Amino acid sequence: MDSASSEAAAHTPLRSTVDTGLKIVIVGGFGVGKTTMVSSVSEIRPLSTEETMTRAGIGIDDARGVGDKTTTTVAFDFGRITLNDRMVLYLFGAPGQERFWFLWDRLFSGTLGAVVLVDTRRLADSWYAIDRLEHHKMPFIVARNIFDGASVHPLEHVRDALDLSDNVPLIDCDARRRDSCKTMLITLVKHLYALSSTAKGSAP
Amino acid sequence: MSPGPLDREDPDRLYTVTGGRSRADENSLDLVTLIVSESDSASGMQSEYLRIIEMCARPMAVAEISAALRLPVSVVKILLCDLLDTGQVNARNPVSAPASAQLPDPKTLKQVLVGLRKL
Repeated sequence: MDSASSEAAAHTPLRSTVDTGLKIVIVGGFGVGKTTMVSSVSEIRPLSTEETMTRAGIGIDDARGVGDKTTTTVAFDFGRITLNDRMVLYLFGAPGQERFWFLWDRLFSGTLGAVVLVDTRRLADSWYAIDRLEHHKMPFIVARNIFDGASVHPLEHVRDALDLSDNVPLIDCDARRRDSCKTMLITLVKHLYALSSTAKGSAP
Repeated sequence: MSPGPLDREDPDRLYTVTGGRSRADENSLDLVTLIVSESDSASGMQSEYLRIIEMCARPMAVAEISAALRLPVSVVKILLCDLLDTGQVNARNPVSAPASAQLPDPKTLKQVLVGLRKL
């Protein structure tokens, strides 16, 4: 069966004891390796779905005709990692463009944290995503996906170019490698843990 | 971005499956809320409801149901609200209630770390 979205056959059921769903979002520009990353660590073949939103309800001028309605559609891929008998983590790969952020609150409120996946050849693609995550007060790390043949600058150059503050973790990764993606997720969760422990006033 | 399968979806179908409604009580359902069937499917039900009940014999997240039915998340939430109302499915809600900009608690994060290290 070829279709990533085909049901039952492609679907590996969760354990019946699972009661807690968590989510982490991988944000990045087109072709940066989001889906590759998700499939490297997912226990299921990545699925894809989409959300649509008609702008009419949130506009300032509801008196305008139906013809003025615009629909925002965002497609995203996701994968799954069963953490233990009760918890399952979903990884969502999300595009970084403007229409996606329009749906952030609806789709991704309650997200544990985010990974911004960057391609050094197109760093500018990440500026907007980083700005929006900061705006939403969503904790994140930045991971540079190393592509074959891409010139590798020192990570500090990337930090400068992205104007990242020192407390945002910045790492290298290879989205094709499972161990590398695992390290990426652990780096994010450790960062969240440090932030959360500090906020709660207790030592980690 | 290349058009996904849903881009070719007939808008009439989206209208029909939801009975023309456009809003759901979305606050109660998250992308990762786990849905579990509480009853066997009954004959005479609309096919989308039947499929949800069959799929959710084991827990399944809202996002997974959406992908399997090839329907947008918001449409799936409307269908799920109907099934929740009639008690045919149950929702296991995520720990982090959608309070934005709220850090998850360290205990949950610790469990996530342990799970990830076992990968």
